[in-house]
Amino acid sequence: MPEAVAGRRRRRRRLSFNLYLWLGGGLLGLFVLLALFGPAIAPYDTAAQDLFALMQPPSAEHLLGTDNVGRDILSRIIVGTRYTLSIALVATLAAGLGGVALGAVAGYFGGLTDRIVTGFVDLLLTVPNLVLAIAIAAAVGASATGLTVAITASFIPPIARLMRARVIELKEEDFVSAAVTTGMSHTRILLRHVLPNASTVIVIEMSLNAGQAVLVGSALGFLGLGVQPPAPEWGAMLGASREFYAIAPHLVVAPGIAISLLVLAFNLTGDGLRDHFDPGIQR
Amino acid sequence: MIRFLGQRLVTIPFVALGVVTILFFIFKAVPGDPAALAAGATATQAEIEATRVRLGLDQPLVVQYVNHVLGVFVGDFGYSTTFRGNPLPHILARVPATLELAGAAIALTILVGIPAGIAAASAHNRWPDVAISLTVIGLLAVPNFWIGMLLIAFLSVQWGLLPSFGNAGPLALVIPSLALAARLIALVARMTRGIVIEELRKDYVRTARAKGMRRGAILVRHVLRNVMIPTVTIIGLQTGYLLGGSVVIERLSAWPGIGDLLLTGVSNRDFALVQGITLVFVVGFLLINLIVEVLYRFINPRLRYA
Repeated sequence: MPEAVAGRRRRRRRLSFNLYLWLGGGLLGLFVLLALFGPAIAPYDTAAQDLFALMQPPSAEHLLGTDNVGRDILSRIIVGTRYTLSIALVATLAAGLGGVALGAVAGYFGGLTDRIVTGFVDLLLTVPNLVLAIAIAAAVGASATGLTVAITASFIPPIARLMRARVIELKEEDFVSAAVTTGMSHTRILLRHVLPNASTVIVIEMSLNAGQAVLVGSALGFLGLGVQPPAPEWGAMLGASREFYAIAPHLVVAPGIAISLLVLAFNLTGDGLRDHFDPGIQR
Repeated sequence: MIRFLGQRLVTIPFVALGVVTILFFIFKAVPGDPAALAAGATATQAEIEATRVRLGLDQPLVVQYVNHVLGVFVGDFGYSTTFRGNPLPHILARVPATLELAGAAIALTILVGIPAGIAAASAHNRWPDVAISLTVIGLLAVPNFWIGMLLIAFLSVQWGLLPSFGNAGPLALVIPSLALAARLIALVARMTRGIVIEELRKDYVRTARAKGMRRGAILVRHVLRNVMIPTVTIIGLQTGYLLGGSVVIERLSAWPGIGDLLLTGVSNRDFALVQGITLVFVVGFLLINLIVEVLYRFINPRLRYA
């Protein structure tokens, strides 16, 4: 097969693989816009109660209906994007940084440092992430900050493990020994040579974690341990609708779809990235 | 096998010690006076001081820590404000309900996930495959408690088919276990589909076909064996999800397990109860993982001699 044809074929393969990435990235972009400009886009004030229009089903006036105190659900969903999205992003990034640091130190230095860090990480892994998040929320109190701390703590272990394994692998590479021979400092080797080579796996893992973070965050909101009402956080909206959804099922539909779409956006992005960087893996 | 079991069982107390230590210091760092909480809202200053001495809260932190750890290892989980005493018996009484829920979810995962994966693989790239694969992507994005809410809203409230909460009879188990299992079903179906597609291309399948064996028989006799080990792996890896998810689902369905009790502990600011349940979850996590490893050795003879 001539070189040019092979190249073109490979490129086309790559483009079709990116369907997930395009869809996921597009959806994410949309959510970011909603998070940034939410209050400007929303047709109603999220706190405005209309006591003459309680639990109205979807209509031309209120596209997704109204909730139990007559607030416009569509507006609350739009403005609520920023809570869920920012909690997921901050927690994922913080867990990414923490996990990468712990994993890199453990894998690179080995010995006692490795034992201590690995022991700690394995310990955290034995606590189911939602249970850990609930215990932390119980200690620091129910708030967006507590929620973010809790999710961060529960997502550090998998990243740390992944990073440690990758660093141990990379440590044996010639370019690292070469860097050591030239007298480069440990920090510089880690930052300049090891980290860039580990970044792909970490980024993929982080985007999949972000989807999980949305799920854990909204579950805590649902349980009343996360963002507090009347803030229009999606999980909290579902929690608040619990007493009414038997008579007004539309209260349950919209927030759930919003959560699912955001998780879907992160999952598709993660899967798309994985296919892009590692086309060998068949799912 | 016995040596392997022994090695694993020995590590459990050490992990438990670590978890107890972390939780002890987290809850000590919480602002607020535990003695005042334990004595109740109407207690006088003298009563609070008496409670402080009775619970050993006047001791130095190190002494408190050592007493706490020693207590936990002989089954004394501290003073629960909800139960006015050691919460352990109350926690253990709730364990069977949670196990029942988790067990039902695992059963559903195997009974629905594997057939769905096989169905998708047998129709590779035709519409049933596409439909099942899209469903899998969808199920992995949907919050489990929302599935539960929808099931309750439609199956029990609108159509009156199933009870919506409580644990009266086996029908009450359907909605919570289905909500909890949805994610696992999706994972197992996706994995089964991948393996079956790959296996069906192999030489031994062609040989079996050439000998006149039916497709269905090949699937059951040969291909399915290759699915069992990864299924056990997935369930093992998702133990944390299963236990954590049970907390939300139990609250949603008023299922009287330890997850529901954990949330009661949180709303009562009952740290002894929260600590105790977290520890029970951790030990449960370790035991389930141990069972998974034992199962591996049964399913996969190669590991027995490794």
